Amino acid sequence: MKSTEIHEKSPWQDITEGNKIFEPATSRHFHTGEWRTSTPVFHEEKCKQCLLCFPVCPDSSIPVKDGKREDFDYDHCKGCGICAQVCPFGAITMKEGK
Amino acid sequence: MRDTIEIRWHGRGGQGAKTAALLLADVAFKTGKYVQGFPEYGPERMGAPITAYNRLSDKPITIHSNIYEPDLVAVVDDSLLETIDVTHGLGPEGAVIVNSQRSKEEIVSHLGGFQGRVYVIDAREISVQALGKYFPNSPMLAAVVAVSGVMDPQVFLQEMRTSYQHKFAKKPEVIEGNMKALELTFEALK
Amino acid sequence: MAIRERLSGNEAVAYAIRQINPDVMPAFPITPSTEIPQYVANYIANGEIDTEFIHVESEHSAMSATLGASAAGARALTVTSSCGMALMWEELYVAASDRLPIVLALVNRALTGPININADHSDSMGARDSGWIQIYAESNQEVYDNFLQAFPIAEDPRVHLPVMICQDGFITSHGVENILLVEDEKVRELVGEYHPEHFLLNSKEPMAVGPYAVSNYYMETKRGQREAMSNAREVILELASKFEEMTGRRYGFFEEYAMDDAEYVIVLIGSAAGTCKAAVDKIRQATGKKVGLCKIRVFRPFPEKELALTLKDRKAIAILDRSEMFSATCGPLGAEVQAALFGVKSQAEAVNYFYGLGGRDITVEDFEKVYGRLEEIARTHEIPDMYEYIGLRAK
Repeated sequence: MKSTEIHEKSPWQDITEGNKIFEPATSRHFHTGEWRTSTPVFHEEKCKQCLLCFPVCPDSSIPVKDGKREDFDYDHCKGCGICAQVCPFGAITMKEGK
Repeated sequence: MRDTIEIRWHGRGGQGAKTAALLLADVAFKTGKYVQGFPEYGPERMGAPITAYNRLSDKPITIHSNIYEPDLVAVVDDSLLETIDVTHGLGPEGAVIVNSQRSKEEIVSHLGGFQGRVYVIDAREISVQALGKYFPNSPMLAAVVAVSGVMDPQVFLQEMRTSYQHKFAKKPEVIEGNMKALELTFEALK
Repeated sequence: MAIRERLSGNEAVAYAIRQINPDVMPAFPITPSTEIPQYVANYIANGEIDTEFIHVESEHSAMSATLGASAAGARALTVTSSCGMALMWEELYVAASDRLPIVLALVNRALTGPININADHSDSMGARDSGWIQIYAESNQEVYDNFLQAFPIAEDPRVHLPVMICQDGFITSHGVENILLVEDEKVRELVGEYHPEHFLLNSKEPMAVGPYAVSNYYMETKRGQREAMSNAREVILELASKFEEMTGRRYGFFEEYAMDDAEYVIVLIGSAAGTCKAAVDKIRQATGKKVGLCKIRVFRPFPEKELALTLKDRKAIAILDRSEMFSATCGPLGAEVQAALFGVKSQAEAVNYFYGLGGRDITVEDFEKVYGRLEEIARTHEIPDMYEYIGLRAK
């Protein structure tokens, strides 16, 4: 049984033995972005691509491609605001709500 | 004679009473017997009194209790006579073998009126004469075999030679000494 | 042809380990099981097996390393006794819930309090709810035979549970007895090679072992474990029948000795069964009284139905426990056997005895007294004390 087919209503017969999960990175299926009550906003024009923000993100919600960060992964960003704190250039600001 | 011969060994931790019991089990096993050899365990230390047991039989043995009414008792160290009732549970038809340099009369006087057979064997004298060193196990083992009649002495000697040849493969010079210790013990008990 | 030998119980288990040549064995020494890792270390040093021996700093680590190795895909085992197993407690449950086919050679010894090194089932009985299969032995022969069957039971896809192979400390572990050994190639055939379907070191299938289970999952997970434990019943019997084909030695959930017509029955676990057999033979020979013995081999899963069936129509039954559980009523075996009898509405009189705690010896004469007592109970139907002791000094 694939992990995406197991859910909180699954009967015991459908739960894998020992709850083992036979695929990687299943946390992607879990949208922690739903928990967000304040939201970081990316101002691309102010960003110097110093990349101080992406390693401090606890939820790996700042995608980096070809050495440059892109806009937030709002499916998983919980809105903790650490990235806004570390940005030296005011390229990330927080707004209330989703 | 009962199906099973039961033997109790008294010794001190480090003297080899347990080893002697295991050796006896070994040699009896090789002659086709069913055997048990087991120590009574506590937090023993070097010098503390210890007890070990043998059951030897032509039939499978299932009993796993200690032995309270042995047919034969072997005392590896005569200083135990002062503190331990070595003939406890031993009937008048039973026998006790004591390793001692003291006289038989003196040993008997320490056995609390025991009515059965008493054998005193000077394992030190025999061992030193045969091996040049004091290892009481071989003489005691031979004495138990001779007194118990559990196996034919000649078969016993053959098996022990094979066993020593294996055990002392790297020290063949001690094989003859040990064999001599066994033979001297048989002589002494005649 | 079987190999005729004489070995101690510890030697026999070590010999079985040599024949199986498992992948990983982490272990920490504790009396009376220390000799097993010593002998295995010798086999490894002599190049007879290529098991990876892991020196750990505690039993907690020993079982943790065994779990890790097993999850990684190795055939893994460890060895312990008494307080050593107490220190593994947390991991015992993890091994079972992670469904890892680990084998633990347990040499039963009393749990401390007061400190004691001798035979007693308080260690494994304390772990009876941990989710491990538990198989007990009367003799060196049985612990060897049980050990050879352990991995095939644990690794069966219907089971995937850890197995504890228990023997009585010193009584069998250090006692030398005759034993028939199975040839290496036959052992290899029985045990086979271990190829797990899922394992952590499989780069083609990244996986997670032992994830957190919130309440929405925990209960279903435990139900799954129970299913595996139920399945173990048929697998244990299948292995027993394979083993019988191979060796002629017969095993089941329990051994029935002189039970065909027995009216007075003792139920117990472990090495004392041999002594009880001698009492049964002696009584039957001398008096013809119908006494019998039911020796439990498999305590987990508990053979409730089969046991109830064989016991229900006897006149009187004594259930003997070699450990306390301080319910201030019965012992663990007493509780479960009586529950089984209740389930089939048995009219048999049943009493529970404690014996052999902390290595207290039990003799043929002790068993004769118990059978005498059963006869009296069957006659009078009076049981003044349901929970009695054998060999206890009292005023």
